[in-house]
Amino acid sequence: MKILVAVKRVIDYNVQIRVKDDGTGVVTDNVKMSTNPPDDNAIEEAVKIKESGKAKEVVAITIGDDKAQETVRKALAVGADRGIHVKVEGIIEPLAVSKILKKIVEKESPDLVFMGKQAIDDDCNQTGQMLAAILNWPQATFASKIDVKEKSLEVTREIDEGLETIEVNIPAIVTCDLRLNEPRYASLPNIMKAKKKPLEQLNASDLGVDTKARIEQIKVEEPPKRKAGIKVASVSELVQKLKNEAKVI
Amino acid sequence: MTREVMEYDVVIVGGGPSGLATAIKLKQLNSEINVCVLEKGAEIGSHILSGNVFETRALDELIPNWKELNSPVKTKVTKEKFLFLGKKKSLSWPTWLLPKVQQNHKNYIISLANLCRWLAEQAEALGVEIFPGFPASEVLYNEDGSVKGVVTQDMGLDKKGERKDSYEPGMELHAKVTVFSEGCRGHLGKNLIKKFDLSNGKNPQQYGIGFKEIWKLDEKNHQEGLVMHTAGWPLDNNTYGGSFIYHAENKEVYLGYVIGLDYKNPHLSPFDEFQRFKTHPAISKMLSGGKRISYGARALIEGGIQSLPRMYMPGALLIGCDAGTLNMPKIKGSHTAMKSGLIAAETIFEHLNDKKDLSIYEEKFKKSWVYEELYAARNVKPSFSWGLILGIIFTGIDQILFRGKLPFTLKHKHADHETLKPANEMPVIEYPKPDNVLTFDKTSSVYLTGTNHEDNQPVHLKLKDAELPIKYNLEKYDEPAQRYCPAGVYEVQIENEVPKFVINAQNCIHCKTCDIKEPSQNITWVTPEGSGGPKYGNM
Repeated sequence: MKILVAVKRVIDYNVQIRVKDDGTGVVTDNVKMSTNPPDDNAIEEAVKIKESGKAKEVVAITIGDDKAQETVRKALAVGADRGIHVKVEGIIEPLAVSKILKKIVEKESPDLVFMGKQAIDDDCNQTGQMLAAILNWPQATFASKIDVKEKSLEVTREIDEGLETIEVNIPAIVTCDLRLNEPRYASLPNIMKAKKKPLEQLNASDLGVDTKARIEQIKVEEPPKRKAGIKVASVSELVQKLKNEAKVI
Repeated sequence: MTREVMEYDVVIVGGGPSGLATAIKLKQLNSEINVCVLEKGAEIGSHILSGNVFETRALDELIPNWKELNSPVKTKVTKEKFLFLGKKKSLSWPTWLLPKVQQNHKNYIISLANLCRWLAEQAEALGVEIFPGFPASEVLYNEDGSVKGVVTQDMGLDKKGERKDSYEPGMELHAKVTVFSEGCRGHLGKNLIKKFDLSNGKNPQQYGIGFKEIWKLDEKNHQEGLVMHTAGWPLDNNTYGGSFIYHAENKEVYLGYVIGLDYKNPHLSPFDEFQRFKTHPAISKMLSGGKRISYGARALIEGGIQSLPRMYMPGALLIGCDAGTLNMPKIKGSHTAMKSGLIAAETIFEHLNDKKDLSIYEEKFKKSWVYEELYAARNVKPSFSWGLILGIIFTGIDQILFRGKLPFTLKHKHADHETLKPANEMPVIEYPKPDNVLTFDKTSSVYLTGTNHEDNQPVHLKLKDAELPIKYNLEKYDEPAQRYCPAGVYEVQIENEVPKFVINAQNCIHCKTCDIKEPSQNITWVTPEGSGGPKYGNM
C-alpha cells in the first residue's frame, strides 16, 4: 500500500499574526514558518502504518514556493520515503490545490491520501473534501483514530455528540485531527539522512492545472479589540446590563 | 544507552554573529574542513536580539562584496542625537561633543536577526551544515581533559525527566575543535570558564539587561536613518543605563533600554523602567499614532577587557559574548563578536594545518583591532560606578581628551549578583499601571515574542536550593526575581496565606538574567527542549 500525504507551510502557531497595513493580507516577512500542525499528525500516522508493515511507501507532497520544500524535508526527516514539491507562487485556493493533488494521485496511484483536517492559516477545511469529490473517492474527515483493515479503513471521528466510527473503502481520503497521535521529533541523524532522500520538483503549470483564484478577497483586518470588563455591584444590576447594554437576554 | 556519534572537524555551538563568522571564514580558508553549527532556536535568528547600529568593519573583512549580495545591511545612519532626560524636560547634547566611539555616521541600522539569517545562507552555500532546533546541552571531554565535543539535548522527556513515547536521545558531536559562541552567559561557556579557570586574574564579569520593542510609527514621526540615545530619567544617578531609538526601514523604530545588572535596589524593575521611559514627552510624542509590534529582552556583556576570560582551552575556543567582546561605550558588540570569530577561524585553520596550539588565539586577538578598541574603552563602564554625572565627566576626559589612553585601568569590584542591598534599606518604587497604548504588562509583551516551550518537559530553570526564594530572598530582597525577569517567569503567589515560589518556565525568553542576578546564584539556566523559547522576527 502506498500513502500520499499532503503538507502545507504556514505561519508557526506560536507567532502572533499581524495584518498588513494595506489590508491585503497578513505579514509573512521575517516570520517563522512551520508545517501546518495537523499535517504533522497526517505524516506521523502514515509513517506508523508503514512501520506496522501495512504500507510500503509514504510520499510527502507540498504545494508552494521554493521555501515550501522545507516542509517536505521535515516530513522526510520523520519517516516519509520521498517527496514531491509542486511549485506555485502566491496563495492558491483549496480547489486549485485539490486539482493539483488529483493530478499527482493519477500519476502516483496511492491507496490512501492523508492530510490535516484544515490549515491553520486560512482555516478553509475544504481540500480533502474537494479532492474526494473530484476523484470520486470515499472520505473520512477529522480522523482521531485510524484502523487499517484489509480493503477498508475504520476511522473514528470526533463529532458534537461524541465519537463516530465509520468504515470507508480503500482508496480513500483521510483528513487528520490533532488528537490522532503525537508526532515524533526529527532527530539529528534523520535530518541528515533526509537531505539525501529524493525530492521531485514540478511546476503547477506543467500539470495543466488552472490555479487562478475564484474568490476575490476584499479586505483583511484584525478582529476588534476586546473591551475591558466592568464590575457590577449586584445581580439585578448584572441582569439590567445584560438586558439593556449587552442585549443578550 | 549509546548515543549516535557524528565526527566533524569543527563544531560551533550557537548560530549568532560570531559563530556564523567562524563557520564562513573556515570554509573560505579551506572548503574541505567540515563544519557544523548547532542553534537552539527554531531557526537561525529566532533567538537573536540586538539594537542594532552596525559597524561593518568585520563584515567588510569577511564578505567584502556584501553590498552586492543582497545583505540586509541597508539603512545608513543619517542623523544622530543624544538627549539627557529630566522628568519632563530633555537636553540635547551636541554630537560633535560626543566621544568618537559614539559617532555613528558610517554605520548602518540593521536587524541582527536578519543579518544572521543572511550569514547562515552564505554559510550553507559554502557547505556549512546548520542545525536549528538543536541545543548543545553538555560538553564532552577526552581522557586527557581536553574538549571532545558536545551532546545535543534529549527530546521527549516529561516533567519528571522520564521518557515519553516520542523520546529521542541527544546525539554526540565530536570535533577536532569545538567553538562556543552561545552569546552572553552561555550555559556551557559558563561551565568552561569555571572548569578551565579562564577568568583567573580577571575582574568579575559585568552584565546588563537590554529590552527592545519594534514600533511601527506614524509616517510623520519617522525619520529613516535617525539614531538617538538617551541617559538620565527614569533611572536615578546611581543606576547605569540608557535608551536607544533607531529609525529603521519600513517606518519601524527599534526602541530599547539597557540597565546595568549591578543595580542596588531590589525594588527596581528593569521592565517597568523601560515601560515608564516611553512616557517621557520626548518619546511619547514620537510613538503617538504608532503601534508596538515586537518585544524582547536579552542580557548583554558590559565588563570589557578587564573581565574578558582567556578565550582558548584544550580542544576549544570561547568567542563573541560567550567570552564577552562587547564594546560598552560604543554600545556595539556585533562587529567585535564577528571579528573574534574570524580570528577563531584563522586559529583553527593553523591548528589543523600546521598543528599550532590553540593558544595562538591570544596573540592574534591582542594584535587585532578588537583588542585595541576594547582596551581604549576599558575605563568607561567602571567610572559609572561613581554615578551618572561623575561617570560622564570622567568619560569625557578619558574618551575625548585622552582617547582611552589614560595610564591606568579602573576595576570592576563586584559581580552583579553581589550588589543588591536589603529591601528594607532601599526605597520602594511605585510604577504606574500600563495604559496598553504606550506601556504594557509583561504578559502581553511576552505574547509578542512567540515564546513557547513544550509543556510536559523538565523545568529548565534549576534551583540549587528550592527553599531559598521564599525562606531567604523574599524576606531579605522581596524576591527580586519577580522584577528582574523580563518575562514574568518568576512569581510569588500566596496560597492559604503561605507564599509559594512559582516558575513559569514556558514563558522564558532565554535572556539569562536570572542566572546572573540571583543574589545567591541559586538559579541555573539550562537548555530546554530544542526549538523552545522565543521566535523573534527582525529583532
